[in-house]
Amino acid sequence: MIELRDSEFNPWQELENHQQKLAAGQYGACCNFVGSMRDFNEGDSVSKMTLEHYPGMTEKFLQTICDEASEKWPLLDCLIIHRVGEINPNDSIVLTAVWSAHRNASFEACRYLIEELKHRAPFWKKENTDKGDRWVSENTPSDQ
Amino acid sequence: MKINVKFFASLREQLGQSEAFIEHDSPLSVKEIWQRTTSSDELPDNILCAINMEYVDSSAMVESDAEVAFFPPVTGG
Repeated sequence: MIELRDSEFNPWQELENHQQKLAAGQYGACCNFVGSMRDFNEGDSVSKMTLEHYPGMTEKFLQTICDEASEKWPLLDCLIIHRVGEINPNDSIVLTAVWSAHRNASFEACRYLIEELKHRAPFWKKENTDKGDRWVSENTPSDQ
Repeated sequence: MKINVKFFASLREQLGQSEAFIEHDSPLSVKEIWQRTTSSDELPDNILCAINMEYVDSSAMVESDAEVAFFPPVTGG
């Protein structure tokens, strides 16, 4: 399941809610990644951020990477929730979660989802800093 | 043929437009659409392109009634 949210969400509650919908006794592993907003970037204080997306393509792309992960690994389910619009420091920006029978598939698929999302999903961050507004030019590499 | 063109994020602000419409008799490539809707000849290497919400190369040909999008490197997550 993929979802875009224009208001704050609690990733831990979302995990709990989603897991309750899955068939009890089938999953043996759940891995997740939660990305949150920092109040600093590139040496400057950041007080607010706006996340723009491409309505239609963004949802389509997130569904595609869930489908790809399900083809690559034996998964029971994938969940991606991503914020759009105005975001404040400490808000959760993204949740990716994967359920599978065994741990390896969920570890690898969860990493796949967040890396594909970071590198290719059409979202753009604009930061409100103490030096003015600016677009984030690129994401940090996957080894950071 | 009619084509709807969209621009996002910093590119939209630089160009001062979020959308453009083209009518043309013969097929055009993505790069040719860029040239017709912006004042620049060269499509910068870092600009990403999509036709009907799927990533494509700038050499891809565009069908009538398609939606073409140009945008900067993505920064979600």
